[in-house]
Amino acid sequence: MVWIVRNLWLIPALPAAAAAVIALSRQAQRKLSAGLAIGSMGISLLLALIALAHMLAQPATEYVNFRWIEFGSEWLKFGWMLDPLTAIMLVMVTLVSLLIFIFSVGYMAHDENFTRFFCFLALFAGAMLGVVIANNLVLLFMCWEVVGLTSYLLIGFWYHKPEAAAAAKKAFIVTRIGDLGLFLGMLWLYSLSGTLVFYDNGAGCLEHAAVSAMVAHAAALGLTASSAIGLLIFCGAAGKSGQVPLHVWLPDAMEGPTPVSALIHAATMVAAGVFLIARMYPLISATANGGTSQALEVVAWVGAITALFAAFIAVAQDDIKRILAYSTISQLGYMMLGLAVGGVAVGIFHLITHAFFKSLLFLGAGSVIHGCNGEQDIHKMGGLRKRMPITFATYAAGMLALCGVPLFAGFWSKDEILHSAHGWNVSAVPYYLGAAAALLTAFYMTRQVAYVFFGKNRMAAEAGAEHADEHAAGHAAGHGADAHGTGHGVGEVHESPAVMTVPLIILALFATFLGFVGTPAWPWFQAFLGGRHAALDFRAFAGSGILPLMAISSLIVFAGLGLAWWLYGRKPIESAEATDALARIMPGPFHVLARRVYVDEVYGVMVIGPARWCARAMNWADRWVWNGAVQAVAGLVTGVAWIDSSLDAAVINTGFDRGCEGVSRGGWLVTRVQSGRVQSYLRVLGIALVALVLFLFWSHKG
Amino acid sequence: MMTPLNGFLFISALLFAIGLGGALTRRSAILVLVGIELMLNAANLNFIAFWRYGPHPEALTGVLFVIFSIAIAAAEAAVGLALIQAVYRHAKTTDVNELDAMKG
Repeated sequence: MVWIVRNLWLIPALPAAAAAVIALSRQAQRKLSAGLAIGSMGISLLLALIALAHMLAQPATEYVNFRWIEFGSEWLKFGWMLDPLTAIMLVMVTLVSLLIFIFSVGYMAHDENFTRFFCFLALFAGAMLGVVIANNLVLLFMCWEVVGLTSYLLIGFWYHKPEAAAAAKKAFIVTRIGDLGLFLGMLWLYSLSGTLVFYDNGAGCLEHAAVSAMVAHAAALGLTASSAIGLLIFCGAAGKSGQVPLHVWLPDAMEGPTPVSALIHAATMVAAGVFLIARMYPLISATANGGTSQALEVVAWVGAITALFAAFIAVAQDDIKRILAYSTISQLGYMMLGLAVGGVAVGIFHLITHAFFKSLLFLGAGSVIHGCNGEQDIHKMGGLRKRMPITFATYAAGMLALCGVPLFAGFWSKDEILHSAHGWNVSAVPYYLGAAAALLTAFYMTRQVAYVFFGKNRMAAEAGAEHADEHAAGHAAGHGADAHGTGHGVGEVHESPAVMTVPLIILALFATFLGFVGTPAWPWFQAFLGGRHAALDFRAFAGSGILPLMAISSLIVFAGLGLAWWLYGRKPIESAEATDALARIMPGPFHVLARRVYVDEVYGVMVIGPARWCARAMNWADRWVWNGAVQAVAGLVTGVAWIDSSLDAAVINTGFDRGCEGVSRGGWLVTRVQSGRVQSYLRVLGIALVALVLFLFWSHKG
Repeated sequence: MMTPLNGFLFISALLFAIGLGGALTRRSAILVLVGIELMLNAANLNFIAFWRYGPHPEALTGVLFVIFSIAIAAAEAAVGLALIQAVYRHAKTTDVNELDAMKG
């Protein structure tokens, strides 16, 4: 076994160790903490590249297992594995993390909790890499939970903002609902297969013997056990990856610092759910007759619905980061759809390209927010194209990639998903849902870019005393470091420093060109994940209706772009208070979408309301019923104790005291006899003598 | 009927009673010692009387006993006086009522 496989654990261990060291260092050691985090990430990236090179040389599934805990006669085996999927994910996570770490140095420069931020980031990266290399569902779940924890910590990083604290709690609780399903799936899987190790010389739970046993085993509702377990695992994946109906936490998670949004809630953590489905694919997709498994059907439908639903909501959002958040949810739906209809390679290809262009968009948004001194409302931006040229160019690359404009990375990966969905043997509806979502994606991204980068700068228009006041009160307190306008002239839009723009440029290059590794003509990516060899063949475009579908999806994209440009870009938006063009046409639907289809409100009424009522009832019961019972018992015991105590005091103590007094008084009497005076002793002696004589005398007489 | 022996015994008893009374009532330690000497001599007188009017006056048992007794009494007086002197040096008094350091 080669060196890199044996030492694969170093990749997650290094950032985790860096996090531990940073956690122990003092707050003032900014350079040390940033250096440690970036350095460890850099070494991890090198190791990941070595692992990728190893996989490129000979694609295989290699793993290291070792015994960890013994319980009963069983051993819990831990270990790590390396296959093409792991290698690709390792490189993606380490590369994106490294770039985002570097970006964060600039973005968080003014935050007093700089070291804490890097500690959490490094811990997050370590846990995420642990998820990727785990060869055991238990280890994966542990790392998964650490990822959830760091997500909580980073969303609530500015915990003095009530919204951030609430968003952190929401993210934690909603993902926990999904994790409950994942945990149940783990337990069921263990009870059926007796192991949670993925690959273990034929004994692992993803290998043929265990999977075919689970396919044969029927669960309730006409599901096979493998599909039922797959659905439970999908619950966890849906929670982490923000699928409908567990998507509500992801938009709120944008309360965290923007690099966090980029790293966790766009590029890596939300991809963990997609990755989990890809990892468990042999189990989830298993059927007896080779058709589509029931679990995959559910995944496809949920993915397609999520893609369209979130794209609709994104159309009507005002916050630059919220638009991207809903876009992320929509793209995650695409990935799930791709996994379900096209297999691991299709979904993961979109995951990888999306990781690059979405982190690019988020970092670009961060750069915009940084440049606009903490402003996040797209209505109040505008005209940034000339003032932030690098940010604009890179953002445009990311936006075109996300929209799926031909030749950009997103085009190839999204088109592949749509192509697979078109050929899906179960239903054609997911294809139409996906195509509609593609239209909306192009629409909302164009709307956002038109608002942010084109037209007149509306910040300058309303600059003045009023704005300065609002800025100071609302943003300096509210947005924490997002509003770090200190050191720059307030209200003056400026390009970000090089430490922020360089990562943007690197990511933009990836977002533009990465798609070429997975085109139909040269499906290198798909072949690599499948363990096959790819050959360059332009004739592939001609086969099985690829070109018509590409033409249609390009047409859809350009239709979306054109429609949005016609609405928003045709004439420059004059004022920040101007009504949204779409809202003028369709005020009703727009309002509903702007309020995010009232999902939060519905949850508030259906889940939180009853829960609160229940909590209140429990509180009442606790206060009066249980507390009353406890108080009664306590009163009884106190009464008995009081009786006992008085008995003790009155009878036993007094009796004892009296006895002691008697002894003491007796002793006192006796001490009177021993007066120390010789004559009194002698007197007793004399009296005794007289008594003796008299006794003898009288006894003689009688 | 007053025999010589009875007379001696009467005088002896009287002497003992006087000695006892002195020993019990006197407050000076020296006078207490004197009372003890009187009681001792009453006993000696009894010895001589019982010997003289007893069944075997030819054997000198009583006289011998008394000579021993007087010698012992002399020694006892010497020891007693030495003790009293030591006590006086220590307590600056010979009043037996005040010498009650041994009380319980």
